[in-house]
Parts: sequence; C-alpha cells; structure tokens
Amino acid sequence: MENNRGVWVYMEQKEGRIVNVSLELLGAGRKLADKLNVPLSGVLLGDKVKHLCPTIFEYGADEVYVMDDPILKNYRTESFMKGVNHFAEKYHPEIFLFGATPNGKDLASAVATDLCTGLTADTTMLDVEVETRLLEASRPAFGGNIMATILCKKHRPQMATVRPKVMKALQPEMGSKGKIIEEPLDVEEENLRTKVLEIVKDTKKKLKLDEADIIVAGGKGLVDEKGFALIHELAEVLGGSVGASRDVVEAGWIGHDHQIGQTGITVTPKIYFAIGISGAVQHVVGMKNSELIIAINKDANAPIFDASTYSVVGDALEILPILIEEFKIALKQEEEEGEVKHA
Amino acid sequence: MHIVVCVKQVPDTRIIKVNPKTNTLDRRGIPAILNPFDSHAVEAGVRLKEKVGGTVSVLSMGPPNAVKMIRKCVEIGADEGYLISDRFFAGADTLATSYALYKAFEKMLEEKPVDIIICGKQTIDGDTGQVGPGIARRLDIPPITNVIEIKEVDEKAKKVVVKRKLEDGYEMIESSLPCLLTVEKDINPVSYSPLPNMIKAARYEPTIWKVDDLNDVDKKQLGLKGSPTIVAKMFAPPKLEGGKKIEGNAEQQSKQIVSLLLEKPELFEKKRGRA
Ligand SMILES: Cc1cc2nc3c(=O)[nH]c(=O)nc-3n(C[C@H](O)[C@H](O)[C@H](O)COP(=O)(O)OP(=O)(O)OC[C@H]3O[C@@H](n4cnc5c(N)ncnc54)[C@H](O)[C@@H]3O)c2cc1C
Ligand SMILES: Nc1ncnc2c1ncn2[C@@H]1O[C@H](COP(=O)(O)O)[C@@H](O)[C@H]1O
Repeated sequence: MENNRGVWVYMEQKEGRIVNVSLELLGAGRKLADKLNVPLSGVLLGDKVKHLCPTIFEYGADEVYVMDDPILKNYRTESFMKGVNHFAEKYHPEIFLFGATPNGKDLASAVATDLCTGLTADTTMLDVEVETRLLEASRPAFGGNIMATILCKKHRPQMATVRPKVMKALQPEMGSKGKIIEEPLDVEEENLRTKVLEIVKDTKKKLKLDEADIIVAGGKGLVDEKGFALIHELAEVLGGSVGASRDVVEAGWIGHDHQIGQTGITVTPKIYFAIGISGAVQHVVGMKNSELIIAINKDANAPIFDASTYSVVGDALEILPILIEEFKIALKQEEEEGEVKHA
Repeated sequence: MHIVVCVKQVPDTRIIKVNPKTNTLDRRGIPAILNPFDSHAVEAGVRLKEKVGGTVSVLSMGPPNAVKMIRKCVEIGADEGYLISDRFFAGADTLATSYALYKAFEKMLEEKPVDIIICGKQTIDGDTGQVGPGIARRLDIPPITNVIEIKEVDEKAKKVVVKRKLEDGYEMIESSLPCLLTVEKDINPVSYSPLPNMIKAARYEPTIWKVDDLNDVDKKQLGLKGSPTIVAKMFAPPKLEGGKKIEGNAEQQSKQIVSLLLEKPELFEKKRGRA
C-alpha cells in the first residue's frame, strides 16, 4: 500500500472533447493531491486524443497517462478496462476518481473488480484525512434521506465515482505543462467480444436539461396534466427546459428524462423554477446548486423554501397564467427596444 | 436458452424515514420488496424467453425470508429460483456481493450453461449499479450496462444486439454470448401476473445454497470481512438557508418575479438572439 501514490482522474472524452465532469474532478483532485503532497494525474484513452493533454494540464493535472489507439475509438468496457488496468497495475495510484456518467460508472465498476478494491458510487463530497491518507467519499444513502461517508482502509487504489455538477473545475491556466506518459494498448480487435454498431444522437430533445440556463420544473402541486401544461408554457416563453419531480414522472405527465434529483439528473442552471414541488431531499439534491431558485408553493412551510433564493407562497394555478402573460409582455418590450437600438 | 436474472430483496427506501435528531433510519414496519429495477429485469428475461424459448432462473443473495421475493419473480414468469443465504454473506459491499454471486454462478454452471445474465440497473438500497459489471468481470464475460432494448438474439451464432442508453441518445452494441446486461426501467413495463403464475408461485420453493454448498469459496472474500469499503459515519444532508419572501397577491408576485429576472439581462440572450 505504501507503493501507491498519486491522485488519478479518469478523463472521459467524447468525440475528441473532454466531458465536463472530468474537468470538475481535476479541480476536486487538485485539492486532494495538494493535501497529500502527491501529483495529480489524468488518464486519457481514445483514438487521436493526444491533443487533449494540454487542456488536462491547464485544468490542474501534473501528468497525463495516455493510450491512443484506433481500437479505442468508441467506448467499450473490454478495451477501456484493459487500458486503464494496465496503467493502474503498473503505476499504483492511491486514489482514482471517475465521473458518475454511464460510461464512467461502467468502467469504474469493471476496473475496481479487477483491481480487487473498494468503489464508492455517486459521491457528492470528497475529502482526505491527511494522517491516515484515507479518502472520505460521502454520498446520499437510503434515497437521500441521509449522507454516508465511505472509507476504503485496506485496499488501493481508493476509488469513487462522482456525480457531475457537484465539484468545481479550476480556472484553466493557459500554457500549463506537465509530463506525458504514453503507452500502447495491448489488445487485438479479434479478441474483443463486443462491437459498437452505431451511435445515435437524440436530436428531438430540444435542449439538454443539464446544459440549460433556465429550467422550469413542476411538481404534483399542479394537480393534473392540464396544470402541468402551464410549466411547458412558461418554459417556452423563457426559452428554458422543462424539469419535473419524481411524482410527476410516476404519474406519467412527462418522461423520466425530465426528472430532477437523486434518481434523475443533477442540474445547475442560472435560473430554476420549482413550482408545486414540495422539496423532498431527493429532489433538492438535484437542483440546490442552481444560481437562482424561485419556488412557488401554496404551503408556506414547504421544505422547498429552504432551498430557494426567492419564496413565493401562493397558488401556482393562479400565479402561472399571470406570470406567463407578464413575461410575454416584458420580453416583447425588450425585443422591440433591442430592435430600435439596432436600427 | 438459459436466462438468469439477478434479483435483490430491499427495504422499501421510498418510505424510510430518518430521525432528524439521531440521524438514524427508522426501519420499523418498512416492508421488504423486490428491488423495483429488478422486476423490470425479470420481465425482460421472461419476454426474451417468450421470443426465443428456454428457461428463466432468478438468483439472489439474501436472508432466508427472500424466498418470498423469489416467489414474486415466479409470479412475473420466472421458472426457477436460487437463493444463496448464509451468515457469511452478511454485510457485503458490491465487491463481496459480486464474489458470492459469481461462486453461485459457478455452481449453477455445473448443472447447465448460462447464456445471458440480466441485472437491474441498480438497487434502491445499495444504489450503486456496480454488482452487475462486477459479476461479469469475475465470469469474464462482457458487461453491457444501461440497456433499454434487446434487439436481436441469434442463438446459433451466439450473438445479441442491444440498445444501450447514453446521456444524449443511444448506441447499438453487438456482443457474443454469454454476456451480462444491466437494464433500465425503460426496457419494458412489468405486466400483470397471469393467474397460473400466481398459483405456481404460491407453492414454489427455490433451491437454497449455504456457503458450504458452493465450491472453493474463499471465506475471506465474503460478507463484511470481504468488503473493502466501510461506512464510517452517517450525517444529515447539509441544511439550506432559505431565501427572500415575495409578498402580495398573485399579480403583485408575478410582477416582482418578472422585474427580478429582467435585471439579469444576460439570461435572455437566447431570446434576444432570435429577435
Ligand atoms: C429513493 C428515492 C429516490 C427519489 N428520487 C427522486 C428524484 O430523483 N426526484 C424527485 O423529484 N423526487 C425523488 N424522490 C421522491 C421524493 O421523495 C418526493 O416524493 C417527490 O419529490 C415529491 O414530488 P412533488 O414535490 O412533486 O409532490 P408532493 O410531495 O406531493 O408535493 C406537492 C407540493 O405542491 C404544493 N401544492 C399543491 N397545490 C398547489 C398549488 N395549487 N399551487 C402551489 N403549490 C401547490 C404542495 O404544498 C406540496 O408542497 C425519491 C424518493 C426516494 C425514496
Ligand atoms: N444480493 C444480491 N443478490 C442478487 N442480485 C443482486 C444483489 N445485489 C445486487 N444485485 C444485482 O445487481 C444489480 C445492481 O445492484 P447494486 O450494485 O446494489 O445497485 C441489482 O439490480 C441486481 O440485479
């Protein structure tokens, strides 16, 4: 265990771009590495991805482990796991973090099994105890009712997947440099048992919820689908996306893709409307880091008001139609003024 | 075709309450249920069987009373149930769980081959989604996670094509058999159980194995002892502050919200851009 040194972050990339959560993890990893006084390393696998190394240094890494091979063009558990295990078995990281994305979770689960070590899932808080060098990975447990801190005392590396959007990326430092350790992938295509036949992007989805600047989310308080239509209407007027509580999804008013929270997605828009949502912990974990939160609820004691920036106690079914009209008028004026300026 | 679905009995965490003073879970009267994701997995297995023929077995590690949950799986349409139950298994994290289930698979494989393993996406108590890929690695078969459709199964060529959900779409993956799938709820709804299944289930007794019924088990890798991770502490989620109240009637409140947001003109760039 004494041989294990260094904090590693798996750098997930998609079509030659590093995904946000990996950059966020470099930010979180930098703090851990500084406390432990060890280097921070990125682990990068893919086809023609070497050009991403400077970005990884700019976001805080001291080193990058790279494997660049046409076999790694698309993510496959088999090939990526082989590559990551190669590095981990040869260089012995002390801590190894992955983004809790579909591919990150898939990869981390396979890697942890092969390295025979502990893996904490869906972490939302990370710290390290310097004396014992133990990673303290905390995550919501039992449906978010409680937080649990998980330790992995006797096995290395200490591994965790971390939820997107909860850690902060550092300001990139242009021109930062570091060490690149490149090694070949020892895998033959003939020996792989899976093939990616095609990748299809869902273009129907208007705006990806986790990238939206404005989210209008509705809950059971809107009573029925007709009431929930007001949520769509407000989102339309503001050019935002529609979010929902789990109860709304279970009632079938909208698809699961729109569910925000513990078992849905985590979002951090600039503006988040929580309308007719009680504010159960499982919902709040998914939206509390939004920049500005406006909650509308007719129960003055609804827990959502603990999370909100602005609290509106009132009947959403009464307020929404007025609010939609007011926004229409206000935004139209803005547009006209804008046009005058341009003229 | 032999389809094996891994299922777990879980406390219904959707109704668990936490005592805010002591930060402990109040488990009193909390019913044990079939993990909701796993009921979709069993149904997926049953639908696959209806298409290609064969048998569906379910496999679980859990306490003796998990027999009841296995009966529930028979109601959904499973043919056989296997339960590994022993105090040596207790307190397992995902690594120790996948080890124990892997040993159960080895035992099962002595009787007949397994063509496809289906797991739920995750449990509602462990909530990790790590056990499925863990089993696949130990059996050295390909894991495919987040599956939303089983498109094609070619028994002769020993191949499947499945649709795997991604954050922004999906991908089609071809895999050789045997392989392990973890399935999303979207894969299929769970149908109502037909009466003959209910009757069969009521009397069904699964095969139960204790640790000594399995072969070459390294007990050090089981249960709490075999779990690299430990829960060091539990605490309440950080408390939030709460914000400013917007007073007045509906109209006054609406006007205030609008003027508040208009102060943040950058937020409407997209709208303006279109103008
Ligand atoms: C394991 C687990 C995971 C979960 N994951 C999630 C998750 O990811 N996301 C999630 O959202 N939930 C999740 N939940 C469920 C969560 O605990 C709550 O049950 C859910 O968020 C409640 O939805 P709601 O606020 O829409 O409904 P309710 O709790 O029914 O609240 C409705 C609210 O609307 C208000 N209201 C009623 N009428 C009006 C009106 N006319 N005008 C204004 N306000 C009105 C009421 O005062 C009330 O506060 C999870 C639960 C568990 C156990
Ligand atoms: N004790 C268990 N017995 C059988 N299958 C399990 C067990 N624990 C987990 N699984 C399977 O692994 C999946 C993921 O579980 P988890 O990693 O706990 O989220 C579940 O949906 C089940 O299919």
